[in-house]
Parts: sequence; C-alpha cells; structure tokens
Amino acid sequence: MYSQGLIGADGTTDEDEAFLQHFQSRIDAEQKIEPNDAMPEGYRRTLIRQISQHAHSEIVGMLPEGNWISRAPTLRRKAALLAKVQDEGGHGLYLYAAAETLGISREEMTEQLLTGAAKYSSIFNYPTPTWADIGAIGWLVDGAAIMNQIPLCRCSFGPYARAMIRICKEESFHQRQGYEIMLTLCSGTPEQKQLAQDSLDRWWWPSLMMFGPHDSDSTHSDQSMAWKIKRFSNDELRQKFIDATVPQAEFLGIKMPDPDLEWSEKRGSYDHGPIDWDEFWRVVKGGGKCSKDRISDRQAAWDNGAWVREAALAYADKVRARQATAAPTPVAAE
Amino acid sequence: MTEARTPLWEVFIRPRNGLSHKHVGSVHAADATMALQAARDVYTRRGEGLSVWVVPSAEITASDPADKDALFEPTASKIYRHPTFYEVPDEVENM
Ligand SMILES: [Fe+2]
Ligand SMILES: [Fe+2]
Repeated sequence: MYSQGLIGADGTTDEDEAFLQHFQSRIDAEQKIEPNDAMPEGYRRTLIRQISQHAHSEIVGMLPEGNWISRAPTLRRKAALLAKVQDEGGHGLYLYAAAETLGISREEMTEQLLTGAAKYSSIFNYPTPTWADIGAIGWLVDGAAIMNQIPLCRCSFGPYARAMIRICKEESFHQRQGYEIMLTLCSGTPEQKQLAQDSLDRWWWPSLMMFGPHDSDSTHSDQSMAWKIKRFSNDELRQKFIDATVPQAEFLGIKMPDPDLEWSEKRGSYDHGPIDWDEFWRVVKGGGKCSKDRISDRQAAWDNGAWVREAALAYADKVRARQATAAPTPVAAE
Repeated sequence: MTEARTPLWEVFIRPRNGLSHKHVGSVHAADATMALQAARDVYTRRGEGLSVWVVPSAEITASDPADKDALFEPTASKIYRHPTFYEVPDEVENM
C-alpha cells in the first residue's frame, strides 16, 4: 500500500497530553488515520496486533476447508469451495499488506505465527470430520466473521478499513454457499439431515465464542472503542449474530444445541445459555484438537516454499544484472 | 528470519476503458512478471479490471505529511479559483 521505506521505521512519538488529545479529536471527528500520520504507539501496536491476527486467521482458516476440496461431492461444490478458499488466501494478503503499512514486515508476521507469538482465531483449531462441516463453516463461521467485519469497514485506520470493504464484498458468497450446502443436506435423507444437525451441534458454540469474551471480561475493548478501531462490543455483535441465525436454523429444520435459547419479548432478542469459557481459553492457549496440526502445516508450507522464494529472487537478480549491461529502452505507461 | 525479503509492489487497476488506473493494494514478488501475476490472482478475481500496473513500492516518492500545511493549506484561501466566488445576476442563465 505505501512505500516500503516505512518498514522498520522508528515509530516512536512524543506522547504528551496535547498530542494524545489532538489525536483523539481527529478520531472523534471521524477523520481517517493514514500510515504516515503521527499516532500514539499504543494505537499502532493495537492495530498491528489486531490486523496481523486477522490475517493469520484468514490464512489458517484455509486449512480446515482445504481438507475437503478433493472430496467435495460434486464439481459445482468443488469449484465453489476452491473459489472460497482462494478468497480467504486473498483476504490474508490484503490484511498483511495493511499491517505492513504500520512498520512490521511480512516475514516478521509469519515468524510470529509460526512461533506462536501471534494468535489466530481459535475456531480453526476444530476439526472438519464430515462434509456437513463445510456447510456449517460457511453458514456460521463466515456468518460470524461478517458480523464482526462489517463495522470494521468504518475503522479509523484507513488501510484496514479499505481492506475490510473489499473483504466484506467477497464474504457474502461464502456464507450463502455454506447455507446452500446445509439446505441441500436438510432436504435429503434422514441420514443427511442428521449430518447437518451434528455439524450444527459441533459449530454453534465455537461460533459464538468467535466474538470473544463477555464485555465484562474483555481487556482491550475500551481503548479500541475510544480509538474507533472497534465500533460495537463483543456481546452486542454476538447478540446480533444469534438473532440473525436462529431463524435460519428454524428454516433448515434443525435445532440449536442450547436448551436455554428462547425469544425474549422484553428485549426483542434471543436469550441464550451460558458459554463454556473454560473451553474457549483452553483452545486459545493451544489445546484445540487441531492446534498443533495447523501450525505444523503452516510451517511445512513455509519450509517447502523456501527454495521457490530463493530461486525467484536469484532469477530476478540475474535478469537485473543482464539488463544493466544491455542498452536501456524507455517505455511509456499505458 | 534470515532469508532475504521479497520486494513489495503497488498494484493499480483500470476498471474499464475510459477510467484511469486506481491504486488497489500491494503484493510481494521477486520480479515484475511475478508481481503482475500475483496482482492478477489477488486483485482481479471478479472482473475488477482490464489492465494492471505494478510499481516497485520503493520507487514511489511521497510527500511528507509534516509538510501538509505548507503544501496544501495555501489553496484554502484562494477561493477566487472557484466559480462560486463570482457574482452573476440570476437573469444571466447557464453560466
Ligand atoms: Fe475471509
Ligand atoms: Fe470467508
């Protein structure tokens, strides 16, 4: 997005009260912050942490679905799944580029992912044992991601907001193809419908956990809200998602695995049962069924690609050397 | 990581003839050919354009945000550069 010269630049700012106040007044006036603008170090760090984590989630998120590309039941499903997984790779790249404008390199971010220093969304540490899981992921996981991402299109940091606009445009097909898979299974044989129900049972609670801890336990929320990185709290977004999704499950004729789920006339929303936060933290800390596989898969992809990166750079050097000795040929744009 | 960094390129796309190329994002690639290929894969999956430019990011010279006032502020006081500065009677139409 912006000049590579920014990478590794010393971003320290003189953060006295006047500086912070001036910055906050720009945020309050809904001005976008661009990479070369002065910004508090905390704002920069928060964004690097959030955007890189988001990028890692897109990349690692390709793995559970990639598991089913070669086994998709029809050519139509296979083409759709390939296109979706390719999109997720693109999302990762837009986001890495947005984070790079803040002074961190792609290589550093990759290293943070592989060493475990940076997190990614825990949802991708769950396995995808049946084809129905591909339906449930598109419907619920991409659905929850869309809820989270739409407000990010108005994030105060320009490159992040622009990347999110692009991503949101591409996400809606992801959710629809997932729901279509569920719909097909639910209007099939009893066994097929049972597959759909089982995968809903597996993915419902982890999808709710995607919105993060309750507002009362969320450590980073207040400052992110003040800086307009975040626009809605975790609980608000989770509630929106539940309210949108419950009728969709009813249409499919399958049941949410929550005996306490009930429409509240008073709140105009669904009440839900308690979320198992012990499980959430266990998975965040690396105790998910697939946590080790995901990272070892990424490590293998990185290691196995090393010779390609080296060869491409060596070839580029060779061509440049050859051109330097040949006569220059000016070429106009267009 | 000890290995060399893959250079960064800025990507510009012309959505259709008659419009100018517009910055859409960036890609990492070892050379121009690969940058063009990556830009095509990453940024034109849904008919976003008819022409792609890639430019090495390091070749872009940008104005310094610290000079913003010196560079752009003076235009704010030159309102006589805008048509609305001049009074034309209502009877004189279409000007
Ligand atoms: Fe995505
Ligand atoms: Fe998606």
